[in-house]
Order: sequence, then C-alpha cells, then structure tokens
Amino acid sequence: MICRIMRQLRSLGLLTLILLSSLTSLQAADSDPVLAEFEALLSSSAAPDRARAISLLADSMHPDTLSLLAELLEGQLYTFRGDSHLYRVPRHEEGRAAERLLDGETLTIERVRDFRRVAVNNAQRTQIRRVMALTGLNAESSAIRLQAVRQLMRDADSATIALIQDAYPTEENNRVRELMAVALAIHTLADSDNEVLQRDAIDTLSESLEPRARNSLAQFAQSTENPALQELSQRALTQIDHKVQFYKGLETLYFGISLGSVLVLAAIGLTITFGVMGVINMAHGELIMIGAYTTFVIQQLMPDHIGLSIFVAIPAAFVVSGLVGIAIERGVIRFLYGRPLETLLATFGISLVLQQAVRSIFSPLNRTVETPGWMSGMLEFNPVFAITLNRLYIILFCFLVFFALLLILKRTALGLQVRAVSQNRAMARAMGVRSERVDMLTFGLGSGVAGIAGVALSQITNVGPNLGQSYIIDSFMVVVFGGVGNLWGTLVAGMTLGIATKLVEPWTGAVLAKILVLVFIIFFIQKKPRGLFPQRGRAAED
Amino acid sequence: MKQIKTKLATASCALALSIAAITAQADTIKVGVLHSLSGTMAISETTLKDTMLMLIEEQNAKGGLLGKQLEAVVVDPASDWPLFAERARELLERDQVAAIFGTWTSVSRKSVLPVVEELNGLLFYPVQYEGEESSRNVIYTGAAPNQQAIPAVDYLMNELGIERWVLAGTDYVYPRTTNRILEAYLKQMGVAEDDIMINYTPFGHSDWQTIVSDIRRFGSAGKKTAVVSTINGDANVPFYRELGAQGVSAEDIPVIAFSVGEEELSGIDTAPLVGHLAAWNYFMSVDTEENDAFIEKWHDFIGDTNRVTNDPMEAHYIGFNLWVEAVNKAGTTDTEAVQEAIIGVTVPNLTGSYAALMPNHHITKPVLIGEIQADGQFEVVWQTPSTVVGDAWSDYLEGSKDIISDWRKPLLCGNYNVVTKTCSGQSYE
Repeated sequence: MICRIMRQLRSLGLLTLILLSSLTSLQAADSDPVLAEFEALLSSSAAPDRARAISLLADSMHPDTLSLLAELLEGQLYTFRGDSHLYRVPRHEEGRAAERLLDGETLTIERVRDFRRVAVNNAQRTQIRRVMALTGLNAESSAIRLQAVRQLMRDADSATIALIQDAYPTEENNRVRELMAVALAIHTLADSDNEVLQRDAIDTLSESLEPRARNSLAQFAQSTENPALQELSQRALTQIDHKVQFYKGLETLYFGISLGSVLVLAAIGLTITFGVMGVINMAHGELIMIGAYTTFVIQQLMPDHIGLSIFVAIPAAFVVSGLVGIAIERGVIRFLYGRPLETLLATFGISLVLQQAVRSIFSPLNRTVETPGWMSGMLEFNPVFAITLNRLYIILFCFLVFFALLLILKRTALGLQVRAVSQNRAMARAMGVRSERVDMLTFGLGSGVAGIAGVALSQITNVGPNLGQSYIIDSFMVVVFGGVGNLWGTLVAGMTLGIATKLVEPWTGAVLAKILVLVFIIFFIQKKPRGLFPQRGRAAED
Repeated sequence: MKQIKTKLATASCALALSIAAITAQADTIKVGVLHSLSGTMAISETTLKDTMLMLIEEQNAKGGLLGKQLEAVVVDPASDWPLFAERARELLERDQVAAIFGTWTSVSRKSVLPVVEELNGLLFYPVQYEGEESSRNVIYTGAAPNQQAIPAVDYLMNELGIERWVLAGTDYVYPRTTNRILEAYLKQMGVAEDDIMINYTPFGHSDWQTIVSDIRRFGSAGKKTAVVSTINGDANVPFYRELGAQGVSAEDIPVIAFSVGEEELSGIDTAPLVGHLAAWNYFMSVDTEENDAFIEKWHDFIGDTNRVTNDPMEAHYIGFNLWVEAVNKAGTTDTEAVQEAIIGVTVPNLTGSYAALMPNHHITKPVLIGEIQADGQFEVVWQTPSTVVGDAWSDYLEGSKDIISDWRKPLLCGNYNVVTKTCSGQSYE
C-alpha cells in the first residue's frame, strides 16, 4: 500500500519535474534544442561527449554551425560558474560583456575566474577543422577551398572522395584543381583494380610534390603485384625524389644565405672600426644588444603599432648605438691608440659594464620583441620548398645596409676621409683631414650599424643581456676571414661561412658544424693571414 | 687602576658582543636558495627563488620552525655550472644553512653534488631529471624518467598512435641520458631504428631553420610523427617560433616537451603553439581547492595576478613541507637526524593527492599530459589513475635495471645491485 503511494508520488514528482524543465527550456531556448544539447555535451569533461557535441552541431545543419565551431576553435566560448551556461566572450577581462549562447542575453564579467574557457584538444580540433573543410569545399575564396581540400586529404574516406569528385569538374582555380586531382589519384591507387585508371593515377601523382602523393606511390610500389605498374610507380618515385633533392638543396642554400646575412649584419660594423682604426672592439656585441633593446623600448612605447615599430626602431637604434660608440671612443679608446692589447682589455671591460647596466635597468631576464604581422608567415613555392618571411626580410635588409654603407664610403666626403685615413694616416693629416674627428665619426658609424644589426637580430633570437656574447665571436670570425677593412670581404666571408655551416649541419649536427667551420678558418688563416681580401698599399703593411 | 678599568671594559664589551652574536645566530634557521637569477636559465629559475621566499615567509608567519624564525640566504650562480658548486660551498661553510633548495639543470646539480656530499648538506632538487643518481644528501622532488618521460611516450604511442619519433634535446647530461632511456624503451616496444631521429643543440641555440625543416621532412613519410623535446632554457623560444614560422602544427607533428611549463610560455606568443604538449606532474589549470589557495597566495605575495605557477614550484612546495615536517619530527635541523626522519613523511600535493618520500629519496607523483592553450595555460588531456613511485634507476637500461636505492638502515645505499648484492658509489658501511 505504502509502496504504491510512494511510487505514485515519485512518478508525480517526475512528471512535475519534466513539466517544469520543459517550461523553463521553452522560455530559455525558443527554438534551440540543438543548442541546448550542444551546451550540455560541451560542459561534460569526458572527451567522447565533447566529440559528440561537435558532430551533433555538424549534423544538425544549424544556421550558426560554422560560426559556433570557429568560435570554439578560437577559444571564445566560456562556461559561467554561476549558471553553467555557455557564453560568447570576445575579450576575457573584467568589465567586458559576455553573451549567453542560448538566448543572446549579456552579462558583465565581474570576476575573471568565474568564466572558464571551453578547451579543445588536438583530436577535437582536427574534428572541427574537418567539419569546416566539408563546407569549405564550396567557399567563395580559392584559398579556403585549397585549405579545405588539404584538410580533407588527411583522412579521405569514400564519402569525402565523393564530395571532391563532385566539386572537381566545376573547379576553376588551377592550384585547387591540381590538389583535387592528387587527392582523387591517391584514392584510386589505393582502392581501384582497373589498370588503366591506376596508370592515370600514377601519372598524376608523379607530377605532384605533395608528400602524401609520394607516400601513396611508395606504398603502392611495395604492395602491388603487377610488375608493369610496379616499374611505372618506381620510375615516378625516382622522378619525384630527384625534384625533392633539388628543392632540398635550394632550401639549404636559402638557410645558408639567411645565416650568412645575419653574420654579415653583425660583422659589418666591426669591419669599419677594425679596418679603419685597427681598434679591437670587444664591446661590439653589446652595441648589437643595445640596438635590440632599443627595438624593445620602441615597441613598449607604441604597443598598438607593432608594424611601424621596426621602421621607427631602425634609425633610433642607429642613433643610440652610435652615440654609445662615440662615447666609448672619446672616453676610452682615444687614449689608447697604437696599443692594441690595452684597447682589447679596455673594451672588454666596457662590454661587461654595458651588460650589467642593461641587467640593472631592464632585468636579467629576456625581453619579448614581437614580430610585426607583415614579417610573419611563409612564402610557399611548392609543397617541399617554402621560405619564412622574417628571414627573407632580414636578407634584403642586410643587402640594403651593405649597399648604403658602400655608398657612404665611396660617395660621401666622410667616406673619402675615412678611406684616406685608413690607407695612410700621416699623409691624410698632411692633406688637412682632421683624423681625430674622422676616428670618432667612424667609430660612431660602425657602432650605429651594429645597432641596426641588433634590430634585425631581435626578430630571430632572444633579446637578453647575453645577446652580445653570442655574436661577438662570429663577428670577429667573419672579419678575420674576409680581410680587415674590406666591405666586400665581409660580405663574401659572411655568406661563405653561413652557407658552409648550413651545408655541414645536416650531417654533423649544429655543435660539430660550428667546430668544423672554426677549424677551417684556423687552417685558412695559416695560409692567408690577412684574410680573403687583404688591404693593399705600403701603409697597410704596418 | 686605569689598566684594570680598560681591561674590564674591553672584556665586558667582548662578552656583550659575543652574547649578541650567539643569540642572533641562535634566533634564526638559515635556508639556502641556490637558483640562477641571470643567464640562460634565469627564465626558468627566478620564479623558484620567489617561491622559496614566499614559503619561508608563510612558515615564519605560522611561528617559524622549532621556535625560531627562518632566514632565506639567496645567492645567484648565474647559469654558470662551476659557480653553482662555489655558491653551494659558500652557503654550507660560510652561511651554515640547514638545507639548500635549488639548482635546475642536471649539470648544475652534478656540480653541487660533490659539495653537499663532502660537507654533509641537504639539497632539495625540484626539477624533473634523468635519474641514474641517488644521493643521501639530495631529496629529489622532481620527476624521475618513469614519472614523466615514459608515461609521455606511452600516451603518444597508445592514445595518438605515434610511430615515428624525433628526440630533440640540449647537449648535456639530462637530455642525453633521457634519450638513452627512451631509445631503449622505444626499441623494446618494437620501434625500428629508422623511425627514431635524435638531435642535440647547444644551450641558447637560436638558428633552428635546418632542424625544424628536417623534422618536417622526417614527419612527412606517411607515419604519424611526434617530437619528444628535452630542450632547456631560452633556446625554446626561437625553437617554438621557428615551428610556428614553418607552419608545423600540433595536429601534424605534435611536440611534447619536458622542460617547458607555464613560466617558459609566459614570455612568448603562444598562438602558433596551441595543441603542442607537455608532460608534468602539476599544471596551474588543475582545479582543486589546494591549488586555488596556492595560486591566490602566490598572486598576493608577488603582487601580480598575471604571474603563473608551474611544476617545479609545486615541487618546492612539497619539498619545503617535507623538510619542515621532518625537522619537527627529528626535533633538530641536523642533517643526519633529518635524513632519518624524512623517509616516509607524507604531505599533500596541489593536485588532490599525496606526496610520500620513499626510501630512495624520490616522491610519489601523478603524471599529467597537457595541451598548450592560446593563453599559455595547459589543458589536461590525460593523467595516471593514481600516483607513480619515482624510480631512480631506470628499468630499461642495461647498467641500471638491477640497481635499487634504499637509504634506510641497514642498507643505507644509493647504488645497490640486487643481482651481485654489492653496494657502490656513496655508501655508508
């Protein structure tokens, strides 16, 4: 009796619960049971539930599917601790607005920790990208279509292949057509038994440099029982491999040139000071570091215009490092001419002082210098050869600086005086050149160029008090190898050393490559002590 | 008369001074903090110095230890490995510290090891390392390879189906030994030699173009590839930048790092790194009450709510609590007494479980695998169901699979070979 009453009460309770919840859900989600279930599944901590949430949204053809998935990918969806609902949060800061997904109501964020971002892991990210790619096949932009085909190729089942086959005839963009052809050929090779179709597939794949094409050919060559087809695919593989080797060589050349350009930039200021004045400046690395820190400071002063910051930093770094250089020359080096050992020791001491000054002013930790948008990214020529933009700009910048310096030295009055003083100081003074002033300006020029090198280096390496130490040895290496005082020597030496290091590196590793290059320079100096392009003239013999 | 007066005056002065000196010394217990505050490792170690200062301040607020206040003695070995040994000697001989909390890289620990063993000091080492060591004078609160490297490789193999492996590390003892262990483990699990690529770079290496390009090429041979990274210090910054610049996404070739945590990520743009992995025993994003309380205390102490917490900080938290409890148990800060008392001490960790100090001077830790998120935090994607006991001597290397370490009486040996039944290395017969 009591049991029956209890059971009836329980079912009554259940009924009211259902009624109440349906009332509230009717209130909250006017038309969106899909969104409600999406929200429920996404708040679960179990990965399979989250995967189901994504596929639910995809299968439901909800009008907001793509935008919601994009927001999930970008990390803009958050759960609010207060009501466990999903919110759209463009900026996760106090005082900002958070929009509830279900009904569009907005809240202001009072405590940042109350909103927890809905995180996605790699597997879910791949799933989302796949869903987006399926719709991306029909997008307006060819770049999106290309991206979509590439994404679908990762995991091409027969359904996706069918989709690509549908889109193929009407595709207008060449690159997208080629990639689609490759995707279809890979599928044919793996699945079909028709020899004619397979021959066509092998032909298509032999023209492509996509790694997936090569892999599928390799797999086919191993697994096929048809000797004619096996020979054909082997030949296609050799053809592809030759092309890949060629592009790999090009890539190594590019890496070598970019390393060379960094070396040239770092060393060219030293060539001028060492060449003209015979001064061994151990503080040269620190002048590079000062240029890098100037870039950091400029970026702190203009945080909203990172793109412009580099253009402002270049002249700023030139001025700052140049002034420091002039101060060093006037304050210390001027008194030590003709005494190379003392100059070396004194400038070494100055380098330590500068390092510690930077540590005290900024902090011993590294500083972050951001790369502007126009310098990030890659230039893809084909699937096996792509060059990074930041290094490309640095190479161009290096040549710009080099030719500017050449112009200064060959065409300006200062350049004339600098060359005169470096060839024969006594004669130049007799001709009325103020050699002391020329020394000061030369040192300033060399230091300024070091500062500009620092701006370039700040984009590719850590900006810290030890930045100078990593480049001083390399700079001296380039100057000694190229010949003291010769700009062209520095260029050739820097590029040679850069390319040589990068050629050796794949075989021996980074550490041994550096050692081998140093050993090579040691032997070279035995034969030609004055470097590749020594200075000529009687006065230079001293 | 005058002579007697001056003599009395000087004597009483000396007495007063010496009493003052003795009482001043007797009033504080000195704790050494040996972390690099400059150089290539400063990016990782400075925050540990601050953590120790916070823990000491908190303990002093609770009344100190054994009735005395704790005093932190902070020195800067500047990422210079021989300087670590010098500073450790200073701390033990000149400052007479009761314990040292410090070092990060294994080479710095190896430099300090002979000094603490000679002067009978106690070093609490908070960082994951390569094992193959167990000293009576070191408490290892960081992960041994079986608490980080091996579970990480298991996760990649089983959950992600990785078949090709790139082992990239900085050129010193920790990556070299860890990679030896991993190579042996992978080969035991049936991975072919062609499917393993090993690469070493110097500290602070900044030109990653060739290496990242080689990784990309190695990874496009058709089998799923992953990079196991033991790269240390600020070389990580240009490495991850180059990965981002060359478009190596985590969905293609995931990189799992053992020495990159919240602190290392806080200085770089993490957008291109989203989805790459790290294996630790603690993440700042772990949702427990103890962790929330610790993070709040840290933010109050450091005065900046943007600062992050990481695994070595938790290790210092555990190590410091272990030391305090052992000292209270022993009733003295004497190294010998603390060494005896500390084995078996159990303290709570920040991820909801307990850390117990085992006889081999390692602790029990859970293993967490996390993915990098856009805000520099980690999202836990996998964890061990319970804590793992640290094993100092790897079971996968020929020379060490028969060795155990047990610092309890009567064995008192760090390198005990169970097959030949002999004790080698630091032994107390």
